[in-house]
Amino acid sequence: MADLRINLAGIQSPNPFWLASAPPTNTGYQVQRAFEAGWGGAVWKTLGDPIINTSSRFAAVHFNGQRVAGFNNIELITDRPLDVNLKEIYETKKRFPNHALVVSLMVEPKRDKWHEIVKKVEAVGVDGLELNFGCPHGMAERGMGSASGQQPDLVERQTYWVKEAARTPVIVKLTPNITDITATAIAAANGCADAISLINTINSLAGVDLDSWNTIPHVAGRGSHGGYCGPAVKPIALNMVAECARNPEVGIPISGIGGISDWKDAVEFMLMGAAGVQVCTAVMHHGFRIVEEMIDGLSNYLDSKGIERVSDLTGRAVPRYTDWGNLDLNYAVAARIHTDTCINCNKCYIACEDTAHQCIERIEDSGASYLKVREEDCVGCNLCAIVCPVEGAIEMVDLPSTGVPMSWNERQAALAKLNMKGA
Amino acid sequence: MFISDDALKRNFAEVKPGLRPKQAFEEAHRCLYCYDAPCIKACPTGINIPSFIKRIANKNMLGSARTILEANPMGASCARVCPTEELCEGACVLNDSSKPILIGDLQRFATDWAIRNNQQLFASGERNGRSVAIVGGGPAGLSAARELARFGFAVTVFEAKAHAGGLNTYGIVSFRLPKEIALWEVEQVRKLGVDIRTNTVVGRDVTASELLESHDVVVLAAGMSKVPMMGIPGEELEGVYDAIELVEKTKVSLSGELSGRRVVVVGAGNTAIDAATCSVRMGAEHVEICYRRSKQEMTAYEFEYEFAKSDGVAFRWLTAPVRIIGDEHGRVKAIECVRMKLEQAESGRRARPVPIPGSEFTIEADAVIKAIGQTRHVSLVDQFQLAHTRGVVTIDQETYRTSNPNVYAAGDVIFGEGQGDAMVVSAVQQGKLAAFAIYKQLVLDAGDVDRQT
Ligand SMILES: Cc1cc2nc3c(=O)[nH]c(=O)nc-3n(C[C@H](O)[C@H](O)[C@H](O)COP(=O)(O)OP(=O)(O)OC[C@H]3O[C@@H](n4cnc5c(N)ncnc54)[C@H](O)[C@@H]3O)c2cc1C
Ligand SMILES: Cc1cc2nc3c(=O)[nH]c(=O)nc-3n(C[C@H](O)[C@H](O)[C@H](O)COP(=O)(O)O)c2cc1C
Ligand code: SF4
Ligand code: SF4
Ligand code: SF4
Repeated sequence: MADLRINLAGIQSPNPFWLASAPPTNTGYQVQRAFEAGWGGAVWKTLGDPIINTSSRFAAVHFNGQRVAGFNNIELITDRPLDVNLKEIYETKKRFPNHALVVSLMVEPKRDKWHEIVKKVEAVGVDGLELNFGCPHGMAERGMGSASGQQPDLVERQTYWVKEAARTPVIVKLTPNITDITATAIAAANGCADAISLINTINSLAGVDLDSWNTIPHVAGRGSHGGYCGPAVKPIALNMVAECARNPEVGIPISGIGGISDWKDAVEFMLMGAAGVQVCTAVMHHGFRIVEEMIDGLSNYLDSKGIERVSDLTGRAVPRYTDWGNLDLNYAVAARIHTDTCINCNKCYIACEDTAHQCIERIEDSGASYLKVREEDCVGCNLCAIVCPVEGAIEMVDLPSTGVPMSWNERQAALAKLNMKGA
Repeated sequence: MFISDDALKRNFAEVKPGLRPKQAFEEAHRCLYCYDAPCIKACPTGINIPSFIKRIANKNMLGSARTILEANPMGASCARVCPTEELCEGACVLNDSSKPILIGDLQRFATDWAIRNNQQLFASGERNGRSVAIVGGGPAGLSAARELARFGFAVTVFEAKAHAGGLNTYGIVSFRLPKEIALWEVEQVRKLGVDIRTNTVVGRDVTASELLESHDVVVLAAGMSKVPMMGIPGEELEGVYDAIELVEKTKVSLSGELSGRRVVVVGAGNTAIDAATCSVRMGAEHVEICYRRSKQEMTAYEFEYEFAKSDGVAFRWLTAPVRIIGDEHGRVKAIECVRMKLEQAESGRRARPVPIPGSEFTIEADAVIKAIGQTRHVSLVDQFQLAHTRGVVTIDQETYRTSNPNVYAAGDVIFGEGQGDAMVVSAVQQGKLAAFAIYKQLVLDAGDVDRQT
């Protein structure tokens, strides 16, 4: 069995699966149950002031009968007094010395406030700190959370203040509600953060009730924007992780968060640069026990690939993530329909006909009808294969290349050279 | 032998429960929403199946019901009685890769919603000044009536029985199709302003020529008639039933008439199955079906056969009745049968059953139910002076027009002689097509319509 242990900026954990700072990590009771269930680490629900919350506060986006495709909340940070939390953190760490116990913090952007809370928290024996610059609602209106997180200078300065006082590793948790995630990631690195974690939740409105016209969720008939998470945000989170991972100016370890629901998602995040992952929505949907399937799936995957340590996955796919200008413009694929597995639902046909390049033909041949792609007209957009309900019925095949690989950037460079010569 | 009213009620209550909402939504989400979907083509009425299913999935129940009933005015009955395995579900693309969509059940889910919510889904068209008389208020007649009313015709349906609905109301066993469903569909048609004159027999209460004189066109949709005589001694005995009449009895009022009886059903078509399962539910002690051919030739569907088996009906293949034996009171006491063997007929034809000499045997029975097909309304057809083959009205395949240009025919009256299927859904489609042909003939092709007449 592969070695699942990770070391994220000096924080050790028996496996890469951590609970993200959220309702599942609200109390010692919960975190201890989670560790018993197999979670390798936990980021304690954000500590800070004041203790306020609303009722109701969660909503979910269900899609085509699939529940919780996305999840939305207007919850704030911890609703429990600091000393109660600290006492439970202490007890939890004592019971589980080998698990990663990180504590999430959020205070006003003031130096003493940060120093004060860092000292108090480290005094109970934690493995690391995570700074919440991500919470998009409520706290932001008072200059905290994503209000800080959206300003690189504030991220850098506050990170630095924390580092002044901290003796354990400091992770800066980033908000996705920003144009360029690398700007704040670099700011965190410049502020001497030991790692970054991303993403926190995305500004969202989950829905509107068709009968009452209330927002979903609503508080006494009114609502405000909340934070979006769950499977729906995974592609956004994965991109942000990848952008940070491939940016040399960031250069610190990444804890991947956002829509991770199973071991496959975790592998993707790790391949794209995460040293470990954090999970919230999937746990809220299914409970702590989901980690068993995550660990087992990951372990079998590593064994099947002959990879000895999970940490060897980190960043392995990053070199494949690049700018558009580096893509080979001469590479071409075309769709090919396997008539033996095709069930004739014609979904590919209508998708291509109405919304792509009209290159799938319906052929009637002595009673039987089948579909065929006119490969010369196919632009290789993948749409047909995407809508096909039968896995493998449509294969995207490589076409013989028409020229040497050449990207936009190479082409521009070649043209520039030619022009120079011509001049 | 006594069977309580409660037990009877239970026995004749609809066997199959409707889908629960969660089941329906899950199932609806499973539909692929195929383009040019084969299920649509396999439905004789061409219901836009992916569309009505999508509407269930996105909780537009009104739209779903309307999509179904637009194409098929008897969509609620059809949801229950169509041989879906052979039709829509049989064509679903998911047959080989997983399981076909439960189209019939979803159709029932949507139409039940419409029934429960008392929806008026269609309106009659602006009057076009033309009138149509329809003979027979079964699926074919009602379907034609609804479409004609929507095209603006003044429509009168003449129905012999106390209620319209035809075999949906009287002939298909309650545990598959409760009468209320058929009657709701009748009401939907009536609400479009169609005059439905029940208890009116064409040929007796009103003549064919009267109808032809007082209406622009007539649609003959009288279905088929009784079960024919078997041509064996003893058919007049008390205890010999016509399968269709027997089912009709149970649809009018439930009785324990057959409780404790030993019943022999002759025939192995859909009607025989219905008569047999009906007998079981009326409390019969033992029910067996005698069929002169073997299981392979049986015309009942596989699911019907399974259903009868699960109701405890026994099957005797290659067995033909010779005579029915009565007791001193003129009541059935046994039936004498002979064993048959199948003789290979000339190519293309069904194997011919021939008796094995000397193989006669007797089955003790208190009741014999004839279910060997249906006779034709030949005299009615003759009254209209229509060309026909042994009672099967000859029509133009596209327009459903008969040899009399002012008479159209649809439904079971045109079934037979290698033509069509005797199914509710095909009767409905034929009614629809006849209605459209009439509209085309009288309105579209006639140009300006005189609205005064
Ligand atoms: C026992 C049984 C079970 C069946 N089960 C199924 C099934 O499960 N699924 C399926 O799809 N099909 C089934 N069928 C076939 C289906 O019922 C018929 O194909 C369908 O009802 C034909 O419709 P129709 O309108 O042509 O005739 P009918 O339904 O027979 O309607 C004809 C109407 O005309 C009326 N009528 C007749 N003569 C006159 C007259 N002189 N004047 C006025 N009115 C008259 C009759 O009273 C009747 O109401 C079954 C048939 C039988 C007999
Ligand atoms: C109800 C709820 C409360 C949350 N509270 C916090 C919090 O207090 N601090 C924090 O850093 N993130 C908080 N988050 C964000 C999660 O930690 C995580 O970043 C986000 O949900 C994305 O991960 P997921 O897709 O696995 O849920 C919260 C999320 C939810 C759903
Ligand atoms: S890849 Fe795109 S263009 Fe080609 S057949 Fe599929 S849908 Fe059409
Ligand atoms: S979408 Fe797939 S299964 Fe459907 S017709 Fe196209 S190739 Fe066949
Ligand atoms: S064939 Fe099956 S999957 Fe396709 S639209 Fe019809 S019911 Fe749905």
